[in-house]
Amino acid sequence: MLSNLLSILTDRQWLWIAAGFYLAGFALGTLALLRERRHSRLLMYILIASGYGLQNAGLWLRGQTEHGCPLGNQFEIFQFTAWSATTLFLVIGATFRVSLLGYFTSALMAALTVVSLAIPAWDSTHRANVFGGNPWLELHAALALFSYGVFALLALTSLLFLLRNYSLKNKRLGGWFSFLPSIIELDQISLRLLAAGVVLLTASLAVGSVWWLRDPPGSVHMVAVTIAVWLAYALALGLRLRGALIAQRFAWACTVLFVAALVSLDTVDHGSHPAPAARAISNQP
Amino acid sequence: MSEAGGIFFHLGASHHTAPLALREKLALTPEKTAALGARIGAAGEMREWAVLSTCNRVEFYGVAGSPAAIDHLQAEFCALLECSPADFAGAARRTFGLEALRHLLVVAAGLDSQMLGETEIFGQMKDAYAGALHRGTAGPVLNRAFQKTFQAAKFVRTHTAITEGQVSVASVAVDLALKIFGGLRAVRVLLLGAGEIGEKTARAFRSRGAEALTVASRRLEHAMELAQALAAAALPFEHAPGRLAEFDIVLCATSAPGVVLTHDAVAAAIRRRPARPLFFIDLALPRDVEPTVTRLPNVFLYNLDDLAKIADENRAARENEVTRAQALVTEKAGALWPRLEPLCDSKTVNGKRWSAAAHSAG
Repeated sequence: MLSNLLSILTDRQWLWIAAGFYLAGFALGTLALLRERRHSRLLMYILIASGYGLQNAGLWLRGQTEHGCPLGNQFEIFQFTAWSATTLFLVIGATFRVSLLGYFTSALMAALTVVSLAIPAWDSTHRANVFGGNPWLELHAALALFSYGVFALLALTSLLFLLRNYSLKNKRLGGWFSFLPSIIELDQISLRLLAAGVVLLTASLAVGSVWWLRDPPGSVHMVAVTIAVWLAYALALGLRLRGALIAQRFAWACTVLFVAALVSLDTVDHGSHPAPAARAISNQP
Repeated sequence: MSEAGGIFFHLGASHHTAPLALREKLALTPEKTAALGARIGAAGEMREWAVLSTCNRVEFYGVAGSPAAIDHLQAEFCALLECSPADFAGAARRTFGLEALRHLLVVAAGLDSQMLGETEIFGQMKDAYAGALHRGTAGPVLNRAFQKTFQAAKFVRTHTAITEGQVSVASVAVDLALKIFGGLRAVRVLLLGAGEIGEKTARAFRSRGAEALTVASRRLEHAMELAQALAAAALPFEHAPGRLAEFDIVLCATSAPGVVLTHDAVAAAIRRRPARPLFFIDLALPRDVEPTVTRLPNVFLYNLDDLAKIADENRAARENEVTRAQALVTEKAGALWPRLEPLCDSKTVNGKRWSAAAHSAG
């Protein structure tokens, strides 16, 4: 029934519409900021939640086709990361009511989803049966990408921190700087997100390491990159808890680490096996 | 109360027309207001009335059966307060009907306040209305006028930026602290110096939720005296630099001739609490805090000039909104008056248009 209903559009079409909602949220926030007014938090939440619902539809259709979590190529990895970050925002946004986080989330989600949809090469090849029917491996990948979603949100709160810190240090408090959340609020949320992300990535690596011991991965690079990302975030957490990495340095570290983690996704994707095969995507665009 | 109808009026003096010395004489205490009520009641032609008495204005709003009733009110008011009727008449303004209603809305929205857009007047006006209800001097006209005025004032506040941004140095300091700490309940505030500006700022912090307040002054007895007044703790001045790490916000307002808190002292404090911001508000002249502390991570410093500049910018932003707010008030008054006018029955008095009759009598 649900499958029939969703089949009126292809998975990519659902994902394009979802991206449209994220873009609409971004446009709403940008217009409000240009007019130096607060955007409607409820409307922003509704736009992001709608985009999320539609993205669920697209990813669900994709998962039905692949009989598993859709993580078979760069396009799906970006979509899944965006989906993870949005899941978390919908919880955090409703609980902590962080001013401007919705705007920044919509901007990042729009960027991740539109870029992944706009580059056909990312979805032209696809690894069939990527997890070989191994649910533990699927769990490992899903947890890892969910942690990337958490780190995406962490990068956003870090960016907000940097802007707030800049505005306070340079005494620029008017205009849209006045809508930024407080330093303490952003720092506490960032610390919680970092801790949550590290726990998720640790769990993912723990699950993955069991599989790697049984069946060593084809690419050492993939393992090295994944462990490097984990180590970098764990180190950042340790230094933050010891008070050695604080304020803007901590925020910069979280932002740069996320960019590095995003870039490393390409290595992780290409290092996975089996090797990707050309995919006839019937659901273009 | 108002059964026979009459004129809706406003009578009063404010900071626009009355100097401080006169306003001091015109201040009405609750006891004097009650005494005034007894005097006016005897005349019987004042159908409804309420009085708004603040440090910047004393204004009557009401419904009078005749212009003479307003004269009587003015005379009794001056007699009660032993104020020269000529002095009051020189400073007083009377408006009637729609003009009086518009004035009521303008005052409630903070557009007539000395500190443009301040919201304290709204509470004071609510008190004035509550007083009238308590005395039984509010009737159908004042009930509707005040209730609709409160709604209109809220509308103006939310649909313009007339109340946005703080315009006093103390309030700006509190707002900045909120941008750093989010809330003030859990923050620890240290006041260095027991002077007036420091006390005023500390009170602003206290009124906005700061619970843990400590005062340090070069004369411990002054610190203890102020600490008692603020329900705060006192600290010997010489201990303050060494205990900086225990505080989140430091209000510096000493009259010391040189720097009190050096870069090294602040650096040592932030090293002991690196993850928690330290906010210095330097209200002293010459400055108490070495300006280079802003280079330290998680340390924020604002001096008197910074705060005054922000207050000025906020004031300018409010002034830019005045025209829009005035237009909204005019629109709201214009919409309300047709519903109030029939209750006043104020079109004519003795065959003359009421406002003309009132002006000729007043």
